[in-house]
Amino acid sequence: MSGIRDDASGAQAGEAQVHDAASLRVTGCHHCGTVWEDAPPDARCGVCHAPLHRRKTDSLNRTWALLIAACIMYIPANLMPVMITRTLFDEQRDTIMSGVVYFWTSGEWGLALVVFVASFLVPLFKLAALLILVVSARRHSRWQRLQRAKLYRVVEFIGRWSMLDVFVVSVLSGLVKIHGLADVQAGIGIAAFGSVVVLTMLASLSFDPRLIWDEAAPAPAPADPAAALPPSAMAQLSKKNEGMQ
Amino acid sequence: MHQRPDLIVCEECDAVYQRPLLGHCEVARCPRCQAELDRHTGGRLDRLLPLTVGAMILFVIANCFPIVSIELQGLSADTTLLGAVVALAGDGMSEVSLLVFATTLLFPAIQMLALFYLLLPTSRVTRPPGFVPLLRLMQAARPWGMIEVFMLGVLVALIKLSNMAEVIPGPALWSFGGLTVLLTVVVSFNPRYIWHLCDAATVAGHEERTS
Repeated sequence: MSGIRDDASGAQAGEAQVHDAASLRVTGCHHCGTVWEDAPPDARCGVCHAPLHRRKTDSLNRTWALLIAACIMYIPANLMPVMITRTLFDEQRDTIMSGVVYFWTSGEWGLALVVFVASFLVPLFKLAALLILVVSARRHSRWQRLQRAKLYRVVEFIGRWSMLDVFVVSVLSGLVKIHGLADVQAGIGIAAFGSVVVLTMLASLSFDPRLIWDEAAPAPAPADPAAALPPSAMAQLSKKNEGMQ
Repeated sequence: MHQRPDLIVCEECDAVYQRPLLGHCEVARCPRCQAELDRHTGGRLDRLLPLTVGAMILFVIANCFPIVSIELQGLSADTTLLGAVVALAGDGMSEVSLLVFATTLLFPAIQMLALFYLLLPTSRVTRPPGFVPLLRLMQAARPWGMIEVFMLGVLVALIKLSNMAEVIPGPALWSFGGLTVLLTVVVSFNPRYIWHLCDAATVAGHEERTS
């Protein structure tokens, strides 16, 4: 039994023989990691009471919806003013890019780069990366699976940093309220920008990275999960220094 | 439905492996997608409680004092984090102010309080009441606490202002700096490993009683 399966999966991809939890009739709890065998579809984890499911519910549809909403909001986020500065003499409306240009022309190149990366490149990168992930997962693509899994981790890690501009504007508008002399107000663009950040974070949270590895047709289930695992199915162990990580 | 303590499932690609026995501070990775499967937490769990208490103290200081004050032609102004939130709401940006409030005050506070409660020494023996909902709340709040991004935002705002006004850093700025470091250490600990905190304790206690 296991010999046949090994041949089949070995011919499939040329990667190491890996057994999918679904094909072994086991489910790992997404919250606490406890492994359950023969869990019925609407079961809850006995350790943490979270609902047990094979994949996040409706993952691709939800990610699509949030992603499209984020793409729409990305336009006003970059076109509308994020900050309105009123002084005695004039009124200045800043967009995200004009803030970057201001730093660049006043010689603060490092800062211009930080703001440019956090507020412009990171959201754009996130939208593009999520698009690639959703499209390739929907097609059950075998293309660059490991790289795509890593891409998802990068998206999850950098997502929060695009909130930078929202915080800059909120600190400035809280601080610069000197009556009659100078007054900073938040513009409508920052609301759009904040919604892009929240929507892309929700999109990456609702995407299930397991879908990257799913084959189009599931393999038949063997009798006993442990017996089907070849001796080579061992986790990689590495020693880490007990530090910050 | 029954539990399989001998197996481990990769969180990111759903591959199944035999659960490895980890030595001190060893990390198990999935050979297929290289995600972390399991980790021997070593002494980190014991150090987490004092770090959390430290972070809570700094959090209170950081929110009680002004972050910065500016001086412009004899007039001065200052703000706290809460002041900035209120000012945003006053500008008609109530959604943005709610977002700032949630990411810099509410979620970090939930995280620290929950962690403090869950890591109290008594929870090694039995599960404290509310263990399950609190730990799940904490796992849900984890991506949304953004103190470190806020810290960078404050610095950018300061440099922006330093061209037109005199900027005086307040005591809260330094507390935010310390808080950023402490919270980074605290948050980098995956709360998944707390789930089996008292499993291990009960098993150890049971073994002691039977021997």
